[in-house]
Amino acid sequence: MSLRKITTTLVGAAAAVGIMAGAASAETTFKFAFQGTLKSLDPYSLNETFTLGTLGNVYEGLTRRGPDLQILPALAESWEVVEPTRWRFKLRQGVKFHNGNDFTADDVVFSAERVRSEGSDLKSRIQPDVVFEKVDDHTVDVILASPNPILHYEWDTWAIIDKEWAEANDSVRVTSASDEVATTISLEANGTGPFKITSHEGGVSTTFAANTDWWDHGNKKHNVDTVEFSTIASDATRVAALLSGEMDLVYPIPVQDIKRVNDNDATVAMTGPELRTIFLGMDQMRDELLYSNIKGKNPFKDVRVRQAFYHAIDIEAIKSKVMRDLSTPSAIMISPFMFDNADQFSRLEYNPDGAKALLAEAGYADGFEVGMDCPNDRYVNDEAICQAIVAMLARVGVTVNLNAQPKAQYFAKVLASGGFDTSFYLLGWTPGSFDSWNVLTNLHGCRDEKGEGGLFNLGGYCNEAVDKLSADVLVENDPAKRLQLITDAYKMTTEEVAHIPLHQQGLAWGVSSSIDLAQRADNQLMLYYVNKN
Amino acid sequence: MLAFTIRRLVQSIVVMLVVALIAFVMFRFVGDPVDQMVGLETTLEERAQLREQLGLNDPVPVQFVRFIGKAAQFNFGTSYQFKRPVAELIGDRLPATLELSFVAAAFALIVGIPMGVYTALRRDSWLSKFFLTVSLVGVSLPTFLIGIILIFIFAVNLQILPSFGRGAVVDLGWWSTGLLTASGLKALILPAVTLGLFQMTLIMRLVRSEMLEVLRTDFIKFARARGIKNRAVNFGHALKNTLVPVITITGLQLGSIIAFAIITETVFQWPGMGLLFLQAVQNVDIPIMAAYLLLIAFLFVAINLVVDILYVFVDPRIRIAGAAT
Repeated sequence: MSLRKITTTLVGAAAAVGIMAGAASAETTFKFAFQGTLKSLDPYSLNETFTLGTLGNVYEGLTRRGPDLQILPALAESWEVVEPTRWRFKLRQGVKFHNGNDFTADDVVFSAERVRSEGSDLKSRIQPDVVFEKVDDHTVDVILASPNPILHYEWDTWAIIDKEWAEANDSVRVTSASDEVATTISLEANGTGPFKITSHEGGVSTTFAANTDWWDHGNKKHNVDTVEFSTIASDATRVAALLSGEMDLVYPIPVQDIKRVNDNDATVAMTGPELRTIFLGMDQMRDELLYSNIKGKNPFKDVRVRQAFYHAIDIEAIKSKVMRDLSTPSAIMISPFMFDNADQFSRLEYNPDGAKALLAEAGYADGFEVGMDCPNDRYVNDEAICQAIVAMLARVGVTVNLNAQPKAQYFAKVLASGGFDTSFYLLGWTPGSFDSWNVLTNLHGCRDEKGEGGLFNLGGYCNEAVDKLSADVLVENDPAKRLQLITDAYKMTTEEVAHIPLHQQGLAWGVSSSIDLAQRADNQLMLYYVNKN
Repeated sequence: MLAFTIRRLVQSIVVMLVVALIAFVMFRFVGDPVDQMVGLETTLEERAQLREQLGLNDPVPVQFVRFIGKAAQFNFGTSYQFKRPVAELIGDRLPATLELSFVAAAFALIVGIPMGVYTALRRDSWLSKFFLTVSLVGVSLPTFLIGIILIFIFAVNLQILPSFGRGAVVDLGWWSTGLLTASGLKALILPAVTLGLFQMTLIMRLVRSEMLEVLRTDFIKFARARGIKNRAVNFGHALKNTLVPVITITGLQLGSIIAFAIITETVFQWPGMGLLFLQAVQNVDIPIMAAYLLLIAFLFVAINLVVDILYVFVDPRIRIAGAAT
């Protein structure tokens, strides 16, 4: 009995199965796998990229975003700012929900109330004091308390829900995490979008079918009839499912597997910059660090120490060794995609000798010890980045005690709910609104002990001039002036080394060569850009 | 006899309570569930409100008593991530895990016993040596590595078996089975082999050593001296006498197959309870974790209880000792 014979037979059988599968599929099915799960189908339950992105194929907002994230009209045909505090939205006519109901202004007003109601995780989409007024069936006025140029920036992920359907199916209330029974809207979907959900098993798989009654079906850019989504949590299995041809798209793929995916004839790795900025933060609020051998004072309150840390980091080494070139070093706390003046900023150079001199000047010639918190399953190679930083700081005499934990424990410790229990940490941030105001308030805003102010300003950096600028940014309607205000604020925060920005991590999707699609920098997969050859 | 059974039952309940308590204390250290339930931009007040609604602010003993009270009525609460009752979720996932476990156990028996017999009878043949070497791999390689190697060979290189999932399933009322479709059966092969390999090795080695022992005993020698055919001696007498410990071990191992399916389920993205539990750990979904741990504890306790009671029937000495105390 020869092993070769068995192998030949098996390969023959495999080829036969392949041919049969090819002949049987008259309609085009696109299969993709993601690391995480799609849980509730209620589009207001969880403010998280994958959930919102996937449901964005089924539900639509008044706006949508194109392949380069530009804002395009969707359910709203057009809009204008009638007066600084009154916006008028013209709604698209002839749009139908999947159940056949007409889309009207009532649905918009209803959705605006629902998204701000108890239990919604998307309350930040619309300020609480904004009023929605129905003018006629296809016109809605939005009345603001103060001017807000970025009112509609996040509305591509604010799904419009059918009022009639929600009321008939006990789904007016947002499915909250503490609910005892599931509402219809968390198990079924009824949007206006290009795809319908045909089956959904939470945490396992979801299938979609193309909506031939979609208002934009005439200009559709995709050619798929059905879509099958599966969760595959294990990195190795996800890559294997792509290489074996079972999947058309898997994401993310580990950076160390990019070469393997490219070496395979039938697959390619699509890489591109992501919006998320990875950075280091330092406790500048407490008078004595929680995790350090320096007692009675806080070395991070001295800007020279923060500069020294910055100078000690060899970002190019992190890029080439840890990130395998899949990162873009950053000098500011926001992706250049979302900030036009990014080129006016540059990183402090890598200079270990200069770092030592600065430390000596600040009175720490012999360095000091500090504890560092780091997640190990949240960002691309997060723990490896922290280990590299520990080694780099050791070169300038600072001993870092690394505490790398899974995200659940890490966030419980360092966020507001854990009392900001950290001295030195690594965090990533994507502004949900794609706008700098979000960064200036959340990461740079002065906060109190509880986090009121800058909820994610874990280190407690505070500069009232920055807060003042960020308040002005919020209400400035003129784009050029607004950009200048933002630039001024970033000038201050980078000069004072409020944080040490590291890089924007890269996206890595594994794609079958027969697939053509758009990879958006916000890591949302839009099925209406998918073409299968 | 009755007293013995009651005593064992009471002990079992105590074990379950202790498991529940340990699990509950552990949950203090797995992270903050609220951070996993909401997006980054949720304000502090909303987080605090959610925590209050979930009863996470109550003292631990209060939470524990509430949990036990509900669990006694088979109400394990609602999953934080899926917003569905935990009992329902586990009910959905249970068939996948049980099917995988039983097929893996059947594989271990059907392959393990003949291999054990063969290696005992033909101790010096090259095939026996090959089997023993392979079994060493089964014992020494970790499950996840075996799974990944199998995926690499059969899914990526040969492309004859799927690398993940359950294939198409058929719903039979509340039970969903993958045993009735071609893709379901194909999807079952790799995970079942991965999960059953260690048990197969164990059974093979057990059968082999028991067999060697029995073959050396006097009654086998007499049987041979009487001129009974080798076949009848080997299978009719020797094998029969080795099977008692094999059955006991298999029964006891079934519990661990189900419990350790976690790793296999993770590698193959098998939509069973183990995967559900692992996702729950990552997302600090306490209701699922608590229910799963209790279920597994119950499984072990139940199996041990049955085995203990069966022993009393089989072995009169235990009955006497039980009556004396």
